[in-house]
Amino acid sequence: MVEVTLWGSLGAIAGGKSKVEIEAKDIRELFRKLAEQYPGFEPYIDRGIAVAIDGVIYRDTWSKELPQGAEIFLLPRLAGG
Amino acid sequence: MNFDPRYSGRNFASVGTRPIRPDGVDKVTGRARYGADFNMTGQLVGRVLRSPHAHATIRKIDTSKAEKLNGVKAVITAADLPDLTDGDAALYDILDNCMARKKALYDGHAVAAVAAVDARTARQALKLIEVDYEVLPHVTDVDEAMKHSAPVLDDTIFTEGLEQKPVKSSNVTKRSQYGHGDIHEGFGRADFVVERSFKTEQTHQGYIEPHACVASVSSDGTADLWVCTQGHFVYRQHCAQLLGMEASKLRVTSSEIGGGFGGKTHVWAEPVALALSRKAGRPVKLVMTRDEVFRASGPTSATSIDVRIGARKDGTITAAEATLRYSCGPYAGMWAELGAMTAFACYRLENVRTVGYEVLVNRPKTAAYRAPSAPMAAFAVESAVDELAKEIGMDPVEFRIRNAAQEGTRSSYGPVYGPIGIGPTLEAAKNHPHMKAPLGKNQGRGMACGFWFNFGGQTCTDLNIGMDGSVSLAVGTVDVGGSRASLSLVAAEELGIAYEQVKAVVADTSSLGYNDMTDGSRGTFSSSMATISAARNAIKILRERAAQMWDVPVDDVVWENGHAIAKGEKYGNLAALSLKEIAAGSGKTGGPIAGHSELVADGAGVSFATHICDIEVDPETGATRVLRYTVVQDAGKAVHPTYVEGQYQGGAAQGIGWALNEEYVYGKDGRLQNPGFLDYRIPVCSDLPMIDTQILEIPNPNHPYGVRGVGETSIVPPLAAIANAVSNAAGVRMTHIPMSPPRILAAIEAEREWSK
Repeated sequence: MVEVTLWGSLGAIAGGKSKVEIEAKDIRELFRKLAEQYPGFEPYIDRGIAVAIDGVIYRDTWSKELPQGAEIFLLPRLAGG
Repeated sequence: MNFDPRYSGRNFASVGTRPIRPDGVDKVTGRARYGADFNMTGQLVGRVLRSPHAHATIRKIDTSKAEKLNGVKAVITAADLPDLTDGDAALYDILDNCMARKKALYDGHAVAAVAAVDARTARQALKLIEVDYEVLPHVTDVDEAMKHSAPVLDDTIFTEGLEQKPVKSSNVTKRSQYGHGDIHEGFGRADFVVERSFKTEQTHQGYIEPHACVASVSSDGTADLWVCTQGHFVYRQHCAQLLGMEASKLRVTSSEIGGGFGGKTHVWAEPVALALSRKAGRPVKLVMTRDEVFRASGPTSATSIDVRIGARKDGTITAAEATLRYSCGPYAGMWAELGAMTAFACYRLENVRTVGYEVLVNRPKTAAYRAPSAPMAAFAVESAVDELAKEIGMDPVEFRIRNAAQEGTRSSYGPVYGPIGIGPTLEAAKNHPHMKAPLGKNQGRGMACGFWFNFGGQTCTDLNIGMDGSVSLAVGTVDVGGSRASLSLVAAEELGIAYEQVKAVVADTSSLGYNDMTDGSRGTFSSSMATISAARNAIKILRERAAQMWDVPVDDVVWENGHAIAKGEKYGNLAALSLKEIAAGSGKTGGPIAGHSELVADGAGVSFATHICDIEVDPETGATRVLRYTVVQDAGKAVHPTYVEGQYQGGAAQGIGWALNEEYVYGKDGRLQNPGFLDYRIPVCSDLPMIDTQILEIPNPNHPYGVRGVGETSIVPPLAAIANAVSNAAGVRMTHIPMSPPRILAAIEAEREWSK
């Protein structure tokens, strides 16, 4: 079980929660279970969500494992120049 | 991905040296081929008809007269680019921006296009196209666009991110919020509070090369596109989707690029060129004029930002908040959100809140400019930080060091930081001789910090070893700042051979797997990771071939300094085999030797910089002169230090232009008044001192060589550093960018009046 912190707009979709607990071993499973529990997440996942694991931001490595006790933070997918 | 990206702490032979870039001779002799340098037999000239109105409904377009003009081979409107976006809102916006559908949303919005046998005929044809507009009220100012009385650009927009969905549509597409703690409690503990409002005007990246492409669609449905871009794979994807093609049937070749900085990250005219070619049955060359680049490509947001920061007497910040309003042009974006995320990222704050508002205006579609949105936020925050330090009576560097984020700090955008470089850049700035140099009359010194995320992305690389032992490296990230040299160094390092043995090229979309574009400071970070991986795969094959040549088990063969070596006393008489020797025999040991890599490079690591600037202000005219400028930034590992310095200097130079001169000026009619380099003044060499750089190397733990991105962060601190310097020189706080002479003079005179 990992604790996931949501940013503002996602929190609103999760019924006003800023944190949710999910049983997930990697980013792929995290997104799948989030979409199951909160269907409103799907368009955000399609648009792109980045996952910060202990401060390191992952945009595309969905196979990245979520270590127990790690700080997991969802962020909007970033644009760059 | 069977590749370990962790930092290994190795010593380097090639990486960190400064060889001549492989594309240098072609560029200085004019042989290099940029977007407009490509030509095809029978090609037509493409030209675009643009709206003269800032906001207008397109009631009807009559192209019949243009079509009848001798020499005109195709005329297109939005009807020739049907909506194939399948509900993808972002792609629909790109489509609508390429060719207006129902409404023209800004001065310069494309409404039709022609392909003709020559430029003269094409221009004549444009004049024959009759567009029936219903002119609508417009709004170009970000604050005005938020008012209830403002004309609404899109009545289907209801602000996202509010607790309750609004009942009325508006120009505010989204509200975003970041932060933690209790700012009210924090401000309650503050002994000093600074509260200011700031504005920044819209600027353009100012790349010297305009957008240019040649499109050729064959009757069998395949197509070629030769184009100046930061990401030819992304362009292929966008163009294929918008034209209803299979991606594999569209080959996109990227030209050399005369600057992009974020402005060439998505398509503007390329689908139009392809649609013209498809209709005409001939190749079409489409090159934007400078006027078109300003009016109809992607400048930055204009912004309006309120900042409040409180601190105790001892210099500890107790609370900080900012409200950021960013213009997006006529299409939704995440520009204010990026400002809200980055605004206070340099600091360790118990209580912080930022709120961003994305605002639609009748201006061109906003695009990224290096670290998008961060420079404006840093300008506002770092100006207030400087003022607060002054009020407390602390040195501005010491005040920042006291409050700087560090490992374990919860960032203002959410996650807790790992090892970061803001502290070392501040310490280096504090100890830099620049900080102690004397200043003269009317001269001021300013400094500021900046933050940017950096990121990686999808990357694919091929490394082929020729039979003569030379190495061809094919990468898919467009070289915007010397990455072919850097990646050749990386391949040489990994293989243990000389830099001169490696030749890197940017492969076209049919020759390599998909690559994300060169943005987010990812070019060298990502492609070096893929190059290391590809080289390691090639080394595995080189060891196998050497084992064959010796007839020994491959596990007994290691790779050291460019040679295969059979380990163990029993092989004592075997001379090491060089890469060249193994390559020469490859035809008899299994054929060509190559290494391939496809991976997602993640873990780029956040980046920080501190800049110092000295400015002289003429109090009679408001004119400014940049006397000295120093950039201190963490590179992780500088693969080719000269190009890292070039990125630092380039960001600073662009930031200086943004801070002091550059500005989109709109008339009351909503039309851009200064779409040219005479009236939109970017800095030239004579405006700038030599920009001094200091590279810090704090290894990124998520890259084998410790590399971080370096391309974007250098544009974050300049607006603030220069504003602080000008404010110190002029004796008045500057709150509006650009600080052009009239604006500085007005501020000085207002201060004089106030002091009377």
